[in-house]
Amino acid sequence: MKTIRDTWLIFRRSLILTIRQPTWIFFGMMVPVLYLILFGPLLEGAVGAAGGGGNAWNWFVPGLIVQIAIFGTAFGGFGLIAELRYGVVERMRVTPMSRTAMLLGRSLRDVVILVVQATIMILLAIPFGLNIDPQSVLAVLGLLVLIGLSVAPLSYAAGLILKSEDAFAPLINAVALPLLLLSGILLPMTFAPDWLAFLSSINPLTHAVDAARALFNGDWGNPNVIQGVAITTICAVIAVWIGARTFSRSAA
Amino acid sequence: MAHERPISGPMITTRVLRRTFKSRKTEVEAVRGVDLTVGTAEIFGFLGPNGAGKTTTLRMLATLLTPTAGEATIAGADLRRESQQVRERIGYVPQGGSTDPSETGRGELVIQGRLYGMNRDDAKRRAAEVLTALDLEAAADRTISTYSGGMKRRLDVGLGIVHRPAVLFLDEPTTGLDPQARARMWDEIRGLREQGTTVFLTTHYLEEADALADRLAIIDHGEIVAEGTADELKRQVAGDVVTLGVNGATERVLETVRLQPFVREATTEDGFVRLYVEHGETAVPQLLRLLDGAGLAASSIALHRPSLDDVFLRQTGRSLRDEAAA
Repeated sequence: MKTIRDTWLIFRRSLILTIRQPTWIFFGMMVPVLYLILFGPLLEGAVGAAGGGGNAWNWFVPGLIVQIAIFGTAFGGFGLIAELRYGVVERMRVTPMSRTAMLLGRSLRDVVILVVQATIMILLAIPFGLNIDPQSVLAVLGLLVLIGLSVAPLSYAAGLILKSEDAFAPLINAVALPLLLLSGILLPMTFAPDWLAFLSSINPLTHAVDAARALFNGDWGNPNVIQGVAITTICAVIAVWIGARTFSRSAA
Repeated sequence: MAHERPISGPMITTRVLRRTFKSRKTEVEAVRGVDLTVGTAEIFGFLGPNGAGKTTTLRMLATLLTPTAGEATIAGADLRRESQQVRERIGYVPQGGSTDPSETGRGELVIQGRLYGMNRDDAKRRAAEVLTALDLEAAADRTISTYSGGMKRRLDVGLGIVHRPAVLFLDEPTTGLDPQARARMWDEIRGLREQGTTVFLTTHYLEEADALADRLAIIDHGEIVAEGTADELKRQVAGDVVTLGVNGATERVLETVRLQPFVREATTEDGFVRLYVEHGETAVPQLLRLLDGAGLAASSIALHRPSLDDVFLRQTGRSLRDEAAA
């Protein structure tokens, strides 16, 4: 009960403070939007030239949304490092508040922003030729919540441990970029040599992307959906556990 | 949230509190067995040079660091076993600030109250009270990035007292403040004592420990080297210093007073007679009577107290002033 109340308090506070500085929200969307506008049309043409079936946008946009999910939430720890430096985290550690709420409140803020960004992205993609029904949008957003909860807590744990932006930024790039490339967000993994296909198959994000693509096509019965959701749920549970543990440990 | 359970006995007691930090190869003993007792509604000063272990001790008492060894009781709760109760009963104002520059003063105070369990209305009411008490009303709804250093520091203190804690920990409360803001902060801290709050503060300013603390402990290299009221500590050093102006009769005055039991040492300097005595307050009338009896008159008489720096110097062989300047 206390955890829920404190989570709400931290969620509310961090969301308000984030909205006061909206540049970050747009900054987080800039790269995927550039991909949509400057790369998407090429992909559409390439798929057409190769005689591939299906809607290229329905294949490409899920990848972009997952990209938003990863980069949007992976940098949560960045803001936490600033809060550590301001002394806000320490101040709150001295209060009797729930340690888990310190993690969950911030993670849920990231998830809400992520959902808003993804919705904007989907709306932007429709004029280009994306074809999606509302139920599928809701299902995809639900999957994004799970992805966000898999990444944000780990980012906060890394921020708490590293305590410095200089160490944090390279680490996040070193982890997030390979994960994204291996999940096949830009080109289909069917083009990959065996070793690359293997690496891709053990990347949990690949399964989330596959699930998102099936959902975008309204293909609810596709086994990728249940598999992707299950794997992402497990990842989220583990990430929240690690994140909560790091918060309560460093809070002594 | 006033915690109105009666707490009998001292507000803070520590027994051989220790903390070691392990880095890759070496083990650093930051605090090596601190024993302290702090009473209710007392301002207790923790004086020492930078790196002496002041902040480490404070962070242990504020539940931010687990002691390597030792025990402590704060406001009736055991530091190790009842850290949650300790947290409910203490406020902590860290050294480097504690606010988000993009939040408003009021916003910070309200969330702080709520994190201590107040409902929204109570938290708002209490935030308004604290803002008034600390004279921050005019800036209450501005973002903290627009605050001056003194205002920020007052807000930090406000965040520490939102829940009316029995004990308030202040880490270097006036570092970086101009003299005016410092004097003002001292008044705020004295005001808290008047309301029954126990204040435990660290400082490396001699003047601050001297002017503000009812009792103080001097810490160096993780150990307490002296403890008591500022006056007691200074008296331990060499008693008080009495300087007599004697109109050239230095030798005769010296002869007269030198053998008195309350005079530890007597010297002459630039036509003045300087005496080191146990208790200046009682020595001065005795001296006057003595000179009178011998048919001598003092043209001036001045009583000096040794400073806390003399205390630190005697205990450690180093001057705290030099350390602070270094």
